[in-house]
Amino acid sequence: MKKPYFSLDHLTVGYQGHAVVEDISIELAKGQILTLIGPNGAGKSTILKTIVGQLPVISGEIRIDQKNIADISRSELSRKMAVVLTEKIKTELMTCEEVVATGRFPYTGRFGRLSEDDYRVVEESMELVHVTQIRDKDFMRISDGQRQRVMLARAICQEPDIIILDEPTSFLDVKYKLEFLSVLQKLRSMKDLTVVMSIHELELAERVSDRILCVNGLKIDGYGSAEEIFRPGYITSLFGIHAGSFDESNTSMELKAPDRERQPDLFVLAGAGSARSVYGKLQRENTPFITGILYENDLDYPVASALAAQVISTPAFEPVSEDAMRQAQEAVNSCRKVICCRSEFGSLDTCSEQLLDYARSMNKEIDFLYADRYNGRK
Amino acid sequence: MNTHRKKRSRCIAMLILLAAAALVLLVLNVCIGSINISLAEVLQSISGNGTGTFTQILWSIRLPRALATLILGGALALAGYLLQTFFYNPIAGPFVLGISSGAKMVVAVVMVFLLGRSIRVSSAGMILAAFFGAMISMGCVLLISRKIKGMAMLVVAGVMIGYICSAITDIIVAFADDADIVNLHNWSKGSFSGITWDNILVMAVVVAAAFIVVFLMSKPLSAYRLGEVYAQNLGVNVKLLRIGLVLLSSFLSACVVAFAGPISFVGIATPHLVKKVLNTAEPIWMIPGCFLGGAVFCLFCDLLARTVMAPTELSISTVTAVFGAPVVIWVLISRKRGQA
Repeated sequence: MKKPYFSLDHLTVGYQGHAVVEDISIELAKGQILTLIGPNGAGKSTILKTIVGQLPVISGEIRIDQKNIADISRSELSRKMAVVLTEKIKTELMTCEEVVATGRFPYTGRFGRLSEDDYRVVEESMELVHVTQIRDKDFMRISDGQRQRVMLARAICQEPDIIILDEPTSFLDVKYKLEFLSVLQKLRSMKDLTVVMSIHELELAERVSDRILCVNGLKIDGYGSAEEIFRPGYITSLFGIHAGSFDESNTSMELKAPDRERQPDLFVLAGAGSARSVYGKLQRENTPFITGILYENDLDYPVASALAAQVISTPAFEPVSEDAMRQAQEAVNSCRKVICCRSEFGSLDTCSEQLLDYARSMNKEIDFLYADRYNGRK
Repeated sequence: MNTHRKKRSRCIAMLILLAAAALVLLVLNVCIGSINISLAEVLQSISGNGTGTFTQILWSIRLPRALATLILGGALALAGYLLQTFFYNPIAGPFVLGISSGAKMVVAVVMVFLLGRSIRVSSAGMILAAFFGAMISMGCVLLISRKIKGMAMLVVAGVMIGYICSAITDIIVAFADDADIVNLHNWSKGSFSGITWDNILVMAVVVAAAFIVVFLMSKPLSAYRLGEVYAQNLGVNVKLLRIGLVLLSSFLSACVVAFAGPISFVGIATPHLVKKVLNTAEPIWMIPGCFLGGAVFCLFCDLLARTVMAPTELSISTVTAVFGAPVVIWVLISRKRGQA
């Protein structure tokens, strides 16, 4: 591994000498992205506040380029590290451009006058996050999302080697969330920028992070690469999820399954991702159901496992076993009604078709989701 | 790039305009009064060719008073600007936060105590006493500001501190000898009268020194506008800056109180008017702007105080309140609208 650029060495953080999170040790190479995830109030912000010097270190060390941050002078540090906080700032008669330009502070002279070069950097930073159009608007009169981007431009303008972001995506809509993260990736590849940020969107954390630090209470709960952290069951336990479920392999979440106590009397004939909307509808109606026959790599499968009372599944790339078929027939038998979500069956997928025929022969009530498109025998 | 130049030239133009207004008002203050003196006569007197009464009035009364108004008005507005910056509170000022009253209280104590023993207090001694008093009030306000949030509550607390200090001052004045009372009574209501050339010299030096220090702080102050954390991240020594703000704003307020007593609404209102005039809140423009604006505001108000009800003179605070209080109300209303 390259020499670490940013590291926390047995760092303990907290308020007024009381530890909130203890013994944090991480190492980041230049250009790596670290995200902090964890439940609300777990101490993510406390860690970030300590890194930026808003809170004093309780014990341990924060190092940049192998040097203890406490030994780096104010002015040197201000050229190395930039921050974007969640707290909204109030400005008076400041245009967005002026807010961005404050990032040049560490580079200007006694009275803070900007040179042509400084203005060029301001210009580039604004272009990078697409705020050039609103440069002359009052900072207090733009949307939260725009403000967030202006603050990012301000941080970029500081030309740091490392940037600390506290929940940078929270006010952004999906378009700007993606744009924001792609800007970070761009900066990383262009300028070898190291990023430390806390983030709430787990699906984004999983996609963008090189390292993930899981914060939950006094001890660090986990630290590693995205693959290591998003292993089955971990996120559910980290966040103590009760009212639903989280699927680590897809970083997708589902609400609580319909009442499993009640005997389901509905069979959903699913497959090829056709049944997800039906599952969702049944969840909203709190109607328990059985579903099948699903290959375990089917798009329907993770949703079905989260929501169905029973899933009749079969390993992928294998013929459907007789056992599974029998199970499915029994399930259909126990139900009053069948919802067929398929509009067609493939030539290698005869079992679903057989199951439909079986339901028909048992005189079950059958709803066709794609009645208009269904080209089979009704 | 063009917009920066435009903004710069606008600010410079406005500062020149403010300076010109201050000069014109200074001349008017010198010329107008119970006896009107023409500009020609003023120029004659200044060049040393003046005659009798006019020269007398000019040199011993009008000119020192007008100059003191200019210097102290500027100091007061600057103190208000620093306090507003420090507390991130648009309705902060030396008077409403009780700092002027604290200074007044200690000055009254010192004066009564020393005058009773027939000891004359020097200008520097008065400033020191006032500064001590200002720091007492400032200390109280700082303690309270740690406990309460919200700009209105802070100001209410400051007003209460002001009342307590005024009450103590009244008690002290009640114990003083008759002759002293007359003196103290005028002064404790705030007035630019009775200023000597010695006073002028001291206040000019002291205020100029404070102004230069404040001006040198304009860059960190600029970063401080985004909040403490961002300022710190930009390499500002926030602790030092905050101490500087507390000391300088107290010192400037103390200076004014030592010579002219407590004067209301200049410190609170002027920065907002100047902000409107300059159309920016950048410290590098606001610092000279506030000084000039405060000078203009006070010269204008003192002119009215002397002339409107002549021969009776109004208290300066009466006039500053008439013009300053509406500004504060306007600030509050436009704030509310901004939030909605």
